[in-house]
Amino acid sequence: MKFPAPLVRLWHRLGSPRWFFETTAPWLPWLLGLGVALLGAGAFWGLALAPADYLQGNSFRIIYVHVPSAILAQSCYMLMGSCGVVLLVWRMKLADMVLEAAAPIGASFTALALATGAVWGKPTWGTWWAWDARVTSMLILLFLYLGIMGLRQALQRPEAAGRACAILAIVGLVNIPIIKYSVDWWLTLHQPSTFKLTEKPAMPPSMWIPLLLSVLGFYALFIWSVLQSTRVVVLERERRTQWVQNFVAAEGSKA
Amino acid sequence: MAKAPGLFWGQFRRDAALALRQPGELANPLAFFLLVITLFPLGVSPETAVLAPLAAGVLWIAALLATLLSLEGLFRRDRDEGTLEQLVLHGDPLVFAVLARLTVHWLGTGLPLTLLAPLLGAMLALPEAARWPVTLALALGTPILVLLGGVGAALTVSLRAGGVLLALLVLPLFIPVLILGVSVAELAVAGLPTGAVLAWLGAGAALALVTTPFAIAGALSIAVETG
Amino acid sequence: MANPLVTVEALYCERDERVLFSALSFTVAPGTAVQLRGPNGAGKTTLLRILAGLHRDYEGRVACPREALAYLGHRPALSGVLTAAQNLAHYLSLTAQGTPLAAISNALAEVGLAGFEDVPCQALSAGQQRRVSLARLPLLGDRAALWLLDEPFTALDDEGIALVSGLMAKQQARGGAVVFTTHQPLAPAPGLHTLWLGAPDPAAPVVASAHG
Repeated sequence: MKFPAPLVRLWHRLGSPRWFFETTAPWLPWLLGLGVALLGAGAFWGLALAPADYLQGNSFRIIYVHVPSAILAQSCYMLMGSCGVVLLVWRMKLADMVLEAAAPIGASFTALALATGAVWGKPTWGTWWAWDARVTSMLILLFLYLGIMGLRQALQRPEAAGRACAILAIVGLVNIPIIKYSVDWWLTLHQPSTFKLTEKPAMPPSMWIPLLLSVLGFYALFIWSVLQSTRVVVLERERRTQWVQNFVAAEGSKA
Repeated sequence: MAKAPGLFWGQFRRDAALALRQPGELANPLAFFLLVITLFPLGVSPETAVLAPLAAGVLWIAALLATLLSLEGLFRRDRDEGTLEQLVLHGDPLVFAVLARLTVHWLGTGLPLTLLAPLLGAMLALPEAARWPVTLALALGTPILVLLGGVGAALTVSLRAGGVLLALLVLPLFIPVLILGVSVAELAVAGLPTGAVLAWLGAGAALALVTTPFAIAGALSIAVETG
Repeated sequence: MANPLVTVEALYCERDERVLFSALSFTVAPGTAVQLRGPNGAGKTTLLRILAGLHRDYEGRVACPREALAYLGHRPALSGVLTAAQNLAHYLSLTAQGTPLAAISNALAEVGLAGFEDVPCQALSAGQQRRVSLARLPLLGDRAALWLLDEPFTALDDEGIALVSGLMAKQQARGGAVVFTTHQPLAPAPGLHTLWLGAPDPAAPVVASAHG
């Protein structure tokens, strides 16, 4: 198979943590600004302008946090599984660094989705915790994240930890749909999925447009925080290289 | 590839001899299984009406925990003795030795657990209609537990105290097996056909059989090459 | 001169943030034995593992007959519960399938353990376990062109040391090579070279040549 030359060049550059560090620096303020603006707009629209739900009243408005964090919790695991494949197949160091940086972020989104789900559950179902299919899947996803983080913490050598976590992330990624279907099958009491890209949403536009805005805002902030913490990992892992020492010296003289 | 049958049987013979020389290590997970089963009537209620609906779930959870307990030492002794180095060095492709090791492990833990299940089911007042379906489900499900658990055992092989982490890594992966296994009993008690769910368990076992040995072999190589 | 069995060019390796080798180059010719020397932590074991293919985290070129080598690590790689014969039979299933099992008795006899076939290894002394481990070498015979031995003399008595030296001489005589580590001072022998790791003088580059 033949790839266009610019693609091949990009691929090789992606192998270089330094290239990553220097290229992503100017993106950060834009991503942060975009995320805050989208999230602010979504939150204002969703909380102040959107009509109350005819069944749930105002309590439904938590979906503007709950749904995006649940989506991000799953996207982040997919990112980690893909990084695992890239690391094992092409031995790209950067993939390992992203894998390390993304795990706590994904775990946080999962915890946020669970917490907001519990808060939402109280007025809707009358209980903080129900063994509902999606809640249970989310809890299992949290365990998968904690497993990856625990494994990395436990293995001392970074190269061993990286490749072991990559295997675990791939095994987890293969298992997520299996776990999800088995849990769905176990309990199918929940309301249908709130938001699907392929179908026309059942919500009125005044409800789902702000939801779309906050999902996009969450994505922007997610990318921002993954880049930011990957950059920290890059600096830490490459701390003995000349370019990092130059960078640190330059930052130090600025301060 | 011409080496493959020799690799499998060489490893199988060694591991079988190893297991037979340490009957205590085979008996421990079974004793644990029996003990957990004994605790339930004591902790919940000895009433048949209370135990009967819980029986299949208790059997499965006890089987999950007994398998988990047996996994910790799956590769660790080989690593400490240096045998794992020789395996990685000469045993290429490693999946055959891994398969042999897991087969012996299942014959020593999963199979006896399965064979004990009808007896323990009776002690737990498992409804008669569910007895054989649950046993069959355990026969199909315990290999999946050993295969998935092997991945966790291989990933934590270099850790001194990997037990708790191992539980965190593999128990979430065991959940589909638990769900399918217990629902076999529920369907059987309700008088519904269990064939479809048993077929899913069988498919899961086949999928795990052809995929997890590669993950295990990879994890073992990593442990040796970076150890 | 025959082509070298092992060629290492510009090897660079770091471990736990410490540079073990940089620009290390050497060759090992058939019929020679190379003793790796250096202080503790100089990377002797790591170099053996790199040659064996058990350590992949390095830069540089390493050419080594990986399909025809025997590697004995500092652990004897024996299961204490199994007998000497069972341990060696497992090794044969990995390395030389189809070897008649009688070869195991012969190999044990060669390391001075005739009649110990059915003794569980945990009932053997440390020196005897080392000998069982070393019995792998005569077991493979000329199938292993390269021996990589990490501290093969550990726990051996004088007779055992002489025995291993004899095995090594035999390996050299049939055109094989040995790379090994030991703290034991060895008498000069034909074809015996020394490769120093961790140069005593920091100005001197860690480059050695061990041509036969």
